[in-house]
Amino acid sequence: MSLHTVSEPLTGVPAPWSAETMIRFEHVAVRYRVPHERIGSFKEYAIRRLRGRIDHHDFWALRDVTLQIQRAEIFGIIGRNGAGKSTILKVVSRVLHPTQGRVLVQGRVAPLLELGAGFHPELTGRENVFLNGALLGRSQREIKERFDWVLEFADLGEFIAAPLRTYSSGMVARLGFAVAMAWKPDVLLLDEILAVGDEAFQRKCRERIASFCADGTTVLLVTHDLSTLQTLCRQAAWIDQGKVRCVGPSAAVATAYATWQP
Amino acid sequence: MADTLSSYDSDRRPPPVVEEFLQAMRYRDLIRQLVRRDVLIRYKRSLLGVVWTMLNPLGMMIVLTLAFSSLFGTTRAYPVYVLSGLIVWTFLAQSTTTAMAQLTWGGALFHRIYLPRTTFAIASVGTGLVNLVLSLVPFGLVMAFTGSPLRPTALILPVSILLLALFTLGLGLFLSSLAVYFPDIAEMYQIVLLAWMYLTPIIYPEEIVPPAYRWWMFNLNPMYHLLQLFRLPLYDGRWPGLAHLALAAAIALVTFAIGWTMFTRRADEFAYRV
Repeated sequence: MSLHTVSEPLTGVPAPWSAETMIRFEHVAVRYRVPHERIGSFKEYAIRRLRGRIDHHDFWALRDVTLQIQRAEIFGIIGRNGAGKSTILKVVSRVLHPTQGRVLVQGRVAPLLELGAGFHPELTGRENVFLNGALLGRSQREIKERFDWVLEFADLGEFIAAPLRTYSSGMVARLGFAVAMAWKPDVLLLDEILAVGDEAFQRKCRERIASFCADGTTVLLVTHDLSTLQTLCRQAAWIDQGKVRCVGPSAAVATAYATWQP
Repeated sequence: MADTLSSYDSDRRPPPVVEEFLQAMRYRDLIRQLVRRDVLIRYKRSLLGVVWTMLNPLGMMIVLTLAFSSLFGTTRAYPVYVLSGLIVWTFLAQSTTTAMAQLTWGGALFHRIYLPRTTFAIASVGTGLVNLVLSLVPFGLVMAFTGSPLRPTALILPVSILLLALFTLGLGLFLSSLAVYFPDIAEMYQIVLLAWMYLTPIIYPEEIVPPAYRWWMFNLNPMYHLLQLFRLPLYDGRWPGLAHLALAAAIALVTFAIGWTMFTRRADEFAYRV
């Protein structure tokens, strides 16, 4: 189906594992089992089972993906919707276990939780900080230590003591981002670039991420925007239909992707 | 510095049954937060708050006493009898039901971040435990009111609670692993729960069951043995026998082991399913 195939994948053979390798995918495949018709109830299941008619088709979200990402790299992943970009992030963050192949990740992974997921509207901002921090795997003590920083970064003032249902959506997003960014992770996962809050807050977010990078954090950034890819990332991969189409310097990957684009 | 970093290798994971246990330990603060959240929310929007946790079984007890005290008039201190049963049953019913519901709620999170999959079930049982301990307060009042003495046998209560909690967690995990695939299990379970309650001597005295059925009905019912761990020391003022204790412990441990194994072995699939 591809009209303009990249004649030569830019690079394909990963370097050997070293202490500088933060993420490594070895022939990773992820399979979703999609039932033909969604079986929503036990009764339906029992009936179908008796008739011997449970069929699903396999959908391979990732196929034979081999990648290697080094320390302190900002690595971009580009591709169309449904190409498997987010699935890569899910495999790195251990949400999905690879069906085939092997994944190695070093250090602490910080997923960027869809902001506000896991918040409870009846709890106060303060209580939600502790709940959300715990969801991100932080201990009570760690959250206490960073609480003042979160408070300052989210800039909610007196609202921190009010229930979350009284917050505007921008305030919820700010609080969510502040909790997520309170600790320097070894690997940071970003799904699309952030569009949180106003211009000033967005700048603050970008500065925070930049300071992580300067400090050695590896960033895995998923995007479908070429200019974001080229300005932020040095290395990149183009994923199409679950396969790596090419890997290499982001400029080259961007060119390949742009020329292919119908 | 590289050596100090924890690393994840998808090929070298401990068996799921063990891995889940280690992860749940690591996320114990999350479990605490979830329990805290559930208890807090309960009183946030109501005037009486936590008092409801105490009034609930008390109200049930009053209604049942009014309805049945003439029927079961021969039962000594019927309010104490029925309340000791209700506390146990409420714990089982609430914890298992919320464990299932929470997993569906948490499903949205399982798609995005890694969490040990058992946290929600453990937290549900934890919330149930808080409520159980709270409801011991009105229970003590009812005992005092009816002139039933509190005997030293009540000291066995921590053991009873532990075994009941293990059994409940096992059952909750077992049900949750089914509910992920078939949401209507939750509906079906409510019916089963009701039938099960009437097959367990919660609100009626054991003697009203015809002797011919009694042995089968009670001995084959795991909840009967666990219930007795509460009723014997609290109502009858007797120590449960060693054989009884061993049987109840076996029931609790086996149920827990089955539920935990079944749940953790499928937990990897949940992210695809929930």
